[in-house]
Amino acid sequence: MVDANTRQKLFGTPETNFLNCSKGWKSWAFTLDHKRIGIMYLIGVTVALFLAGIFALVLRSHLFTFDSTMLSDDMYNQMFTLHGAVMVFSFIIPSIPAALGNIVLPMMLGAKDVAFPRMNLASFYLWIIGTGCLLGAILSGKGLDTGWTFYTPYSIDTNTGVIYATFGAFILGFSSIFTGLNFLVTVNTMRAKDQGWFKLPLFVWSLYATAIIQVLATPVLGITLLMLIAEKTLHIGIFDPKYGGDPVLFQHFFWFYSHPAVYIMILPAMGVISELISVYSQKRIFGYSFIAFSSVAIALLGFLVWGHHMFTSGQSLVVTLIFSAITFTVAIPSAVKVFNWLATLYKGSILLNTPMCYALSFIFLFGIGGLTGLFLGALSTDIHLHDTYFVVAHFHFVMVGGTLTALLGGVFHWWPKIWGRMYNDFLGRVGCFLVFSGFNLTFFPQFVMGSRGMPRRYASYDPEFQAFHQLSTVGAFVLGIGILLSFVVLVYAAFRGPRCSSNPFRAASLEWQSSSPPDFHNFIQTPVLTDPYDFESQVYDEELDTYIPREFANPDKVAPRKEPVHH
Amino acid sequence: MNWQLPLMLAQTNDSTLEELRKRTEAISMQGTAVPDSSLVREGTSNPFATEYWFPTQASSFAGEIDFLYMAIFWISLIFFVAIVGSMVYFCVKYRRKDGVIAPEPSSSHNTAIEILWSVLPSIILVWIFYVGAETWFEMRIPKENSEEIQVTAKQFGWLFTYEDGDQTNELHLVRDKPVRLIMQSEDVLHSFFVAAFRQKMDIVPGRYTYAYLEPIKDGVYRLSCNEYCGTGHSKMKTACIVHVSEEDRKNNTKWIEAEKTPFENGQRIYQIHCSGCHKVDGKAATGPALNLIWGKNETMIDGTSELVDEAYVLDSIWYPEKHIVEGYGPVSKMNSFKGILDQKDVDYVIAYLKELKKSTGDAK
Repeated sequence: MVDANTRQKLFGTPETNFLNCSKGWKSWAFTLDHKRIGIMYLIGVTVALFLAGIFALVLRSHLFTFDSTMLSDDMYNQMFTLHGAVMVFSFIIPSIPAALGNIVLPMMLGAKDVAFPRMNLASFYLWIIGTGCLLGAILSGKGLDTGWTFYTPYSIDTNTGVIYATFGAFILGFSSIFTGLNFLVTVNTMRAKDQGWFKLPLFVWSLYATAIIQVLATPVLGITLLMLIAEKTLHIGIFDPKYGGDPVLFQHFFWFYSHPAVYIMILPAMGVISELISVYSQKRIFGYSFIAFSSVAIALLGFLVWGHHMFTSGQSLVVTLIFSAITFTVAIPSAVKVFNWLATLYKGSILLNTPMCYALSFIFLFGIGGLTGLFLGALSTDIHLHDTYFVVAHFHFVMVGGTLTALLGGVFHWWPKIWGRMYNDFLGRVGCFLVFSGFNLTFFPQFVMGSRGMPRRYASYDPEFQAFHQLSTVGAFVLGIGILLSFVVLVYAAFRGPRCSSNPFRAASLEWQSSSPPDFHNFIQTPVLTDPYDFESQVYDEELDTYIPREFANPDKVAPRKEPVHH
Repeated sequence: MNWQLPLMLAQTNDSTLEELRKRTEAISMQGTAVPDSSLVREGTSNPFATEYWFPTQASSFAGEIDFLYMAIFWISLIFFVAIVGSMVYFCVKYRRKDGVIAPEPSSSHNTAIEILWSVLPSIILVWIFYVGAETWFEMRIPKENSEEIQVTAKQFGWLFTYEDGDQTNELHLVRDKPVRLIMQSEDVLHSFFVAAFRQKMDIVPGRYTYAYLEPIKDGVYRLSCNEYCGTGHSKMKTACIVHVSEEDRKNNTKWIEAEKTPFENGQRIYQIHCSGCHKVDGKAATGPALNLIWGKNETMIDGTSELVDEAYVLDSIWYPEKHIVEGYGPVSKMNSFKGILDQKDVDYVIAYLKELKKSTGDAK
């Protein structure tokens, strides 16, 4: 048993931590600490989110009236292209893995850092260079008007900055590969002693599945974009029919990456939700192995369904039929996760704080996003709905309602761990409510518009859609205010929030055994391996006002352990 | 008129050619004004009704698509209400009471229930897939005796060419008359979409794509480009008018009349470019005879079989190495006509081949 002083040292607020152990900009710019890199990533993706969010608000403002002249057609096309490209490549793909995952994953394994710290830092700098090139399309004065998909032959014909942007996306791909490779090796080689695969938190499983996709699929995008650049400059005759190429081939290559990329976006989000639901219900996650294997199943099946983006593209009928059939199989592991989360809530001890509110919003919004996928997986209905606002609404429900919601939930969950300070929970929940309601107001009307035949990427539209577009625009601003409020709450908490203890939420995964903020080396002493979903292993310590592993507790003050319930 | 184009092409007089191309463009850009809202809807404010979600059902398969949509809608609604309902119920019932953090014990795993909620949705998904695929076959396989209309899409307008060679900038169809749209693009990707028909197909430069439908309700509908194609994408829309009868269409349409039929144009191109090597009397020459090949399954040198359709003819004229008929190998003796004959000229050749098949076929 450990004495009070040791407990204070391990779980109290230490004098030095990873934030104040060294000072000056160089200590950040050249840091190899996964936590600092994670924070820099978080700042980076937040900037990208705000930038692309502003593009979105400009788009929505333009669409407030059916014959709006706020933007010219060209400006509108550039605006939606940049919104999509920046959101996808610079924000959402790195958001949860590279920012939150970087901070949390090594600590969940009880490790000091990731396997390749220098590669980790390189990944961040590649992100900066890649995003710079992407935005170079704007700075060059040419802009970019191809849509984020860069479909040929338009992307070859247009005079806008396609080369800057595709080169940027190419570099961002390497940034993503570096993160993925790092995580794969870290999880394989750096787990705590005796921490088997089935003692890993589900967030680690989902990051591992994500990393597999990042490493296997991203190179295909890289090569495709290079070939696009080659076609545009050298006319090699692969994607443009003018030179004997085939535009549908580009679509195959593009979606071979970009569909698995959808799972790069959503799998880590599902991992976050598994953690939140379990911790804030204080209950062992229901069906651990089903959730773990469903992540892997989604990652693998995700490679086989890219053709469902191309049901109307002119690909062969047989191929289309097969892609539709496989697409439906992806629905099963996704549904299994949702049912397991619900079963975890059952008879839990549910705390409705900010992270949990985001987790519950996720189930609501991802539920709609997933179910509307059925309309698009079925062949006959997809033909009608393809490339309409229905699709726009569907993927925003998954990407924003899913990933962004989970990112915010995860950030609120781990924020006290990162900064050692607590946020204002009431304002956090207000922010969550605004994000949730603003989001629904923005995107739900788009399902109706899409079903009635409103094509996407239209700068002007038929007057009959105006009322729906106006609801959508109002919703977008509410959503924007919600995100801004959450941002303010978080930033204020990081600098001015009340000090908090090492484990205020009674979580059992290893990262909560470090002090808040964690030491530079994460743990002062080797953490005690606990089952991440065994909440009985945590006991309350009055002196420290926090939850600590039973092994560290004062035996006089702790009630004997109840046997954990299995089966 | 633009119909002189292939003939001028044959004479390869560049300046005349350029002028004619411009005139063709001018014609295809003069769209007739489309009413602001041609998306006809019955309209209802009840969000559980089919009419709330969809425009008029103007094609033979629209009803089936709407049925599947509404079936998925109800299935989703039931699942969604069950999921969110139980979530809210649990959050109220099991919310953390002051001071009591540890929950009452409950199971954390149950294989039977896990398998149940994996298998039950799977069965529903199989049904959705099946119904979706069934209707989709109907949408992707042409009906017998379909009228054939050539659709030419370009930034940012539409041109429709009918069997007799006349053209329009709006699509004019006849009620209950099935149609086969043979589509081509002059520049980038476009997509044919009429919401009232629930039919959509991308138009891909350098190849033919097809869309099939049978209008069942007369009216004026919106036809829009649904694949992003550049600056004027959102302006690339026109009207699709379904007439009650053939006479109605003939009399109430502003035709861009053709001076020559596509067959005559095709015959001219044949005489200038093809007749040296391809005969139309059934006898093989340097290349196969052309009089009976349309719609035939040709055997290739590698033993495979290829149907002679629009795509085959286009490939054979632009990329002669692609399909080499048995007996004419091992390499093609034909030069590529890409850059000499454009896709419209190939349309005329196809019209000629069809006519040849009809006349010589009948003679036999």
